[in-house]
Amino acid sequence: MIEIENVRKSFGPLEVLKGINLTVAKGEVLTVIGGSGSGKSTLLTCINGLEPIDSGRILVDGVEVHAKTTDLNKLRRKIGIVFQQWNAFPHLTVLENVMLAQVKVLKRSKADAEAEAVKQLNHVGLGEKLKVYPSRLSGGQQQRMAIARALAMSPDYMLFDEVTSALDPQLVGEVLDTLRMLASEGMTMICVTHEMKFAREVSDRVAFFHKGVMAEIAAPDQLFGAPKDPELQKFLAATH
Amino acid sequence: MFDTALTANDLVFLAKGAGMTLLVTAISVFFGTILGILFGVIRYQIGPWWATPMTLVLDVFRSIPLLIQLVLANAFITTVLGLRISGFAVACGVLSLYTAAYCAEIVRGGIESVPQTLRRAARSLGMTWGQDMTYVVLPLATRVALPSWIGLALGVMKDSALVYIVQVVELLKSTQILITRLQEPLFLLMICGLFYFLISFPIARFGGYLEKRWSND
Repeated sequence: MIEIENVRKSFGPLEVLKGINLTVAKGEVLTVIGGSGSGKSTLLTCINGLEPIDSGRILVDGVEVHAKTTDLNKLRRKIGIVFQQWNAFPHLTVLENVMLAQVKVLKRSKADAEAEAVKQLNHVGLGEKLKVYPSRLSGGQQQRMAIARALAMSPDYMLFDEVTSALDPQLVGEVLDTLRMLASEGMTMICVTHEMKFAREVSDRVAFFHKGVMAEIAAPDQLFGAPKDPELQKFLAATH
Repeated sequence: MFDTALTANDLVFLAKGAGMTLLVTAISVFFGTILGILFGVIRYQIGPWWATPMTLVLDVFRSIPLLIQLVLANAFITTVLGLRISGFAVACGVLSLYTAAYCAEIVRGGIESVPQTLRRAARSLGMTWGQDMTYVVLPLATRVALPSWIGLALGVMKDSALVYIVQVVELLKSTQILITRLQEPLFLLMICGLFYFLISFPIARFGGYLEKRWSND
């Protein structure tokens, strides 16, 4: 379970998170929508401790992420995150990309790591590309590789930060299909996205962020069908 | 012109000089690079402000002519400190620091070329700072820094000619000794240049080979 309690975060004079309260249960798929600068991406990087917070607290399975005594490297093993940029390690093959952290962080044997990598890469449809360097992959393929790389760490939670935003339109579908598959397998996921149709389909709940505040959170039918917040109404009107 | 007094023994003498040049260069580039990586990583990690004292010292090594550094270091060590240390050791020490000063900047530039987003990805997989550095940042930085580093190594090889001032008989000094004796300066300098080329060329080629191998295609 991820528990976010009254989290505040500023970049200089700009307060990007103004007291967020949110709980994500095991097995839940939460999507977060909102305009740019609404704080939704920042929230994800706070959850795995890549960004410090100013006040409040975030608990992952009861462990306080920003406590000084927390071993972040250990905590991050159970939280996978995939970013907007593809972030393939360019000097490693697709297979090596997915093996590296397994071997170095989880201390798996090379054989185990390779087996797991092959399994995850097959899972995201890249089983044919094992020996290829990332520069030879399309954006969509690189992004699926990044997903496989995170999944290979056997995380309990997956965070997706606008993973389709940097892709050519014709490549968005294949990545969203991968996310749909994960959701259907019961992975606990928080997806920050601009893909409204996707959000509506896969989510258990959808949260709308506006200027650092979580303005509304509801089941997708309710949030998209009968939005209450005036800013959300404006946002949905503009994105449809 | 083809009538020369140069003997086979003289050629062996020159080859020994070339060997000394290669030895001084290899030692200096080896230790200079290790120190340079250390200084470069520190410089990158603690930021320009905190690194000011270190940068200042490195700048001194970069901006004072090597010849002066060698003479002063030699005088300081032997006269002021009173240590009995060979000219060869002084030469290697000074050249190593000189190499390190340049190498630190090359390393810093290489590290900065690795996108921050890539490092976030590595850390988010649970990799520690050291693992990120070892398996992601430095391999990538090496690829970027390699051409400059090869240039530095070749430069140090030529600069090493100056260590004659601390009584190390390397390639150029050997040539000068022969010139004094044989009075055939142009011919001997040509031979000397050829020796320099013969020891530099493999290094340059090796760099080219690595670059090609790392291009991933």
